[in-house]
Amino acid sequence: MTFIGKKTNAIKEPVSNTTLLLTITVCGFFAMYLLAMLIWGGGFLNPQQFLDIFNNNAYLIICACGLTIVMITAGIDISVGGTVALITMTCVVLMEDFGFGVWGSLLVALGIGLAMGLLQGFLVAYLRIQPFIVTLAGMFFTKGMTTIVSKEPRTAANEIFLAIKNFRIVVPGIGSYGRTGNFIPARIEPGVIIALLLVLAIWAMLKWTRFGRNLYAVGGNSESALMLGINVKRTQFFAYVLSGILAGIAGYVYLLHTGAGNAANATQAEIQAIASSIIGGTLLSGGVGSVIGTLFGVMSLKTISNIVVASGLREPYWQSITTGLMLCFFILLQSVILAYRKNKAGSRTC
Amino acid sequence: MIDTNVMRTWVKKLTQSQLAIPLFALFLIVIFNVFRDLSFFEVSIRTNNFGNAVLSGNLISILSGASELAILAIGMTLVTSATKGQDISVGAAAAIAGSVFVKVLRANEITLPIILVALLTACVIAIFFGLFNGMLVAKFNIQPMIASLILFTAGRPIAYWINGGATPNVDSPLLSYLGSFIPGIAIPSPILIVIGFVILMVLVLKFTNLGLYIQSVGINERAARLNGINPVFMKLLVFMILGVCVTIAGSMNVCRIGLINHETILIDIEMDAILAVAIGGNALSGGKFRLAGSVIGAYIIQALTITLYSMKVSSTAVKAYKAIVIITIVVLGSPVVKQWLFQLRDRLVKKPVTIAESN
Repeated sequence: MTFIGKKTNAIKEPVSNTTLLLTITVCGFFAMYLLAMLIWGGGFLNPQQFLDIFNNNAYLIICACGLTIVMITAGIDISVGGTVALITMTCVVLMEDFGFGVWGSLLVALGIGLAMGLLQGFLVAYLRIQPFIVTLAGMFFTKGMTTIVSKEPRTAANEIFLAIKNFRIVVPGIGSYGRTGNFIPARIEPGVIIALLLVLAIWAMLKWTRFGRNLYAVGGNSESALMLGINVKRTQFFAYVLSGILAGIAGYVYLLHTGAGNAANATQAEIQAIASSIIGGTLLSGGVGSVIGTLFGVMSLKTISNIVVASGLREPYWQSITTGLMLCFFILLQSVILAYRKNKAGSRTC
Repeated sequence: MIDTNVMRTWVKKLTQSQLAIPLFALFLIVIFNVFRDLSFFEVSIRTNNFGNAVLSGNLISILSGASELAILAIGMTLVTSATKGQDISVGAAAAIAGSVFVKVLRANEITLPIILVALLTACVIAIFFGLFNGMLVAKFNIQPMIASLILFTAGRPIAYWINGGATPNVDSPLLSYLGSFIPGIAIPSPILIVIGFVILMVLVLKFTNLGLYIQSVGINERAARLNGINPVFMKLLVFMILGVCVTIAGSMNVCRIGLINHETILIDIEMDAILAVAIGGNALSGGKFRLAGSVIGAYIIQALTITLYSMKVSSTAVKAYKAIVIITIVVLGSPVVKQWLFQLRDRLVKKPVTIAESN
C-alpha cells in the first residue's frame, strides 16, 4: 500500500501549458477587477456595469470562441468581423424589404456563416492555401458585399424581432440603487445566454469529444497526428466550418444587440477576437488554448477599456494604446513562460 | 523534333518558375482589359496645374498609384523570407513615420535640407518601431503576425497623439515635386523613386550576401546558425529594412496628398502588401524569395483596382471583387490544383509516356 502511495506521488503529472496559461489569465482578470473596485469604486461596484461587459460583447465572445478553435489547429480566421457585418446588413434588408421573419433571417444568418466556413475550410484544408490569405480574401469579400447589399445603414422595424431584441432577463437579487433610492435590478440580454451556453458547449467538446482532442493533436504536430491515424485535413476543414457557423450566430447576436445593419458594424472584431484568444492563453503556433480562457480574455480586454475611461483618459486613442500594451504584456509573458518550461523539460530529458 | 523538346522544357521551366503566377495574373488582367475597352491603355500628354507637360492615363496611374505598395512589398518580402511570417503593422507604422515627417516639416521653413532631416528623423523612428517588432520576433520567438498586432493596434493612435489630434497639412512646391511631378520630367516622381529604390535593393542583394543570408535563416535557422550566420541579427535587420521602406512609403503618401490623416493614410495597405508577396509567388511560410515577383504583385493589385474603378464599381465594393480575383489567382497557383490540372492535361492530350517523363 505504501508503495502505491509513493508511486502516485512520484509521478506527478506536470501542469499542461493550456492549464497554466488559463490560470494566469483568470487570476489576472480577478486581480485587475478587484484593483479597479478598490481604486475607482463607483461604476466597478455596480453589478450592471459588470454585466454590460457581457451585454455589449456577447457577439465578440462567440467570434473569439470560433477563432480559438481555429487557432488551436494552428490556423487563423480574420474574416469573422466582415461576416458579422454582412449578416447584420443582409438580415435587416431581408426583414425590411423582403418580408422575412425572425426565423427566416436567423436561417439566412446561419447559412451565410456556414457558407463562409465551408468555402474557407475547403480552400485551407484541401487546397492547402495559406489560411491568412484565404480568410483575408474572405474579409475583403464580406466587407465589400456588405456595401453592395446596402450602402446606407438600415434599422430593423420587424415587431417580433424588436420584441426579442428588447427582451431582458432580470437577474434576481442583484442590482443597484438609483438616485432616488429605488432598487434597479440588473438585466442581461438574451444574446449573453447564447454566448455563455456556446462557451460551455465548446469547452465540453474540446475536452471530451474525439473531434476536440483531434484539434489539439493537429495543431500541436500535424505530422504526428497524421501518423496516429487522425484525418488532419478533415479536422482542419471542420475547424473552419465551426468558426464560420459561430460567426453566423455572432452576427445574429450582434443584430439582436444593436438592431441595425451597418457596413461599419463589428470593425476590428477579428483583431479583438484574436487579442482575446491570445490573452486567454491560446498560442498561434497551435495545440494550446481553451475557450474559458478566451471568455476571460474578452472580459479582461473590456475591463481594461473601462479602467482607462475611469482613470480620466477619455480620448479614444488611449483605449487602443492600452489594448496594445496589454497584448504586449501577455504575449511576452507567454513567450517567457513557455521558453522557461521548454528549457526545464529539455534539461530533464538530457 | 528538337524544337518541340526545347519548347516543352521552356514551357515547363516557365510553369514551374516562381514568376509563373504573377505573370499569368498580369496577363489575365491585360487580356481582360483588351476585350473590355482598348482605350484603357491610352497614354496621353496633358498640361497640369503648374503648366508642365505630363503623362496621364490609366497605365500611368497604375504605375504611380502602386508606388507605396511596391516599396512596402519589397520590405515585406524580406521579412516574410527571414521570419516565416508577416508584419501587419506597416500601415500603422507608415502613419507614425508620416506624422513625424510632417511634424519636423511644420516646425521649420521647408527647404531641401529640412526635408532630408525630416525624412531621416522619420526613418529613425520607423526603424525604432521596426526594432521593437524585430526584438519580439527574434529574441522572444513570437510569430511576426502576433508581434506586429501590438503596433497594429497602437500605431495609428500614436500617430494621432503625435499630430495632436488634428490632420495638419504641409504645403510646398518642393513636396509636390516629390509627390507628383518634377518640372521638366513627364514621368510622375513616385515611379522614379520606386525605380531608384528597386535598383538600390537589387544592387545590394547582388553584391552582398544579404539575400543568401536572409533566405538561409528562413529555410533552416539552425543550419544557418551552425554556418556562422546570426539569425537574431538577420531578423532584426529585415525589420530595420522594412522600417526604411515604411518611411519612404509614408512620406511619399504625405507628399502626394499634402496632409497627414492618421486614420486614412495607407489604410489596409498591410493586407495589400501581404497579397502582393503571395501573388508574387513567394511562399508566405518563408525561405526563398523573388523581389521581382512581389513588385509585379503590387502592380497587379493596383491594376485590378484601377480596372474596377474604370468599370464604375464603387470604391467600397471594390474589395469584394478584388477578393474574388485574388482567390481565383491563388487557387490556380496552389500546388494541389496545379497537379490536378497537369493530370487533366495529360489525360486529354494522351501523349506517349517516355522513360524520362515517367521518372
